[in-house]
Amino acid sequence: MKAVVNIQLKEGVLDPQGKAVHHALSSLHFDEVKDVRVGKQIILQLDDEDEQKASNRVKEMCEELLANTVIENYEIEIVK
Amino acid sequence: MKIAVAVFPGTNCEIDTKYAFEKLGAEVELVFHKEEKLPNGTDLVVLPGGFSYGDYLRSAAIAKFSPIMNSVIDYAKSGGKVLGICNGFQMLLETRLLPGAMKRNANVHFISKFHHLRVINNENDFLKKLSIGDVLNIPIAHGEGNYFLDKIALQELYDNNQILLKYCDENGIDKNPNGSVDSIACICNKEKNIFGLMPHPERAVDTLLGSEDGIKMLQGLLDSK
Repeated sequence: MKAVVNIQLKEGVLDPQGKAVHHALSSLHFDEVKDVRVGKQIILQLDDEDEQKASNRVKEMCEELLANTVIENYEIEIVK
Repeated sequence: MKIAVAVFPGTNCEIDTKYAFEKLGAEVELVFHKEEKLPNGTDLVVLPGGFSYGDYLRSAAIAKFSPIMNSVIDYAKSGGKVLGICNGFQMLLETRLLPGAMKRNANVHFISKFHHLRVINNENDFLKKLSIGDVLNIPIAHGEGNYFLDKIALQELYDNNQILLKYCDENGIDKNPNGSVDSIACICNKEKNIFGLMPHPERAVDTLLGSEDGIKMLQGLLDSK
């Protein structure tokens, strides 16, 4: 089983990297881009069988280490 | 005065920090991250600058799980004095001993240069040798120094006089190098025994190095025993 964790800065927290990427895209004339947010993806290989249990454990991992919940949100996707 | 300077894999300011405090007459011991206890009779713990654990995941995110950090957290929570400089400040945020979090600098560059700082509050052991409004010239060197916290938490910092230094120009007018909320460079906890700042006072203890403005800051902690 695999868990895919997507971590992003919370709404309302300015994203300096996203802004820099947006600026670069604008200078390449991709004018349709209205906003850019840069996040990170962490892929975990798990030897859990139980999807619910795995999801709970990964949530703990996010709270303790993977995300800084002061400024970041996370989403967990379990892939069989 | 006995000072413990914690050393993690990737820390690179421990010798400068030791040098600065020894120059001011303190006894300094470097404490490896695998130690579980602080030396007996420690009067001050310093978490120095650097790139602990390569700053992987987030700055200081992994250092907080080092064996020595449990002792540092207990020490701080029982009223012991702790100073976190740069990466050390980031550790204090990651362990939630201080409020807020660091983001990448607003211009996404690593900034390494002298910068001026203005004293906002001096009713604490760290800045008590200085006056409100004093302007200091201290090096900064960081890629993730863009301090952030929400409006409610920010108001609490103001209400409790927890904002100690702001970035400014040579005339003391706010000037923000990294995007930090309200140009904040240094804060402390409500009880005023835990201090965190991005600038490096330990690199400003000799005119040969460009400034000795760091001495007055560090001196305050030494006289507080």
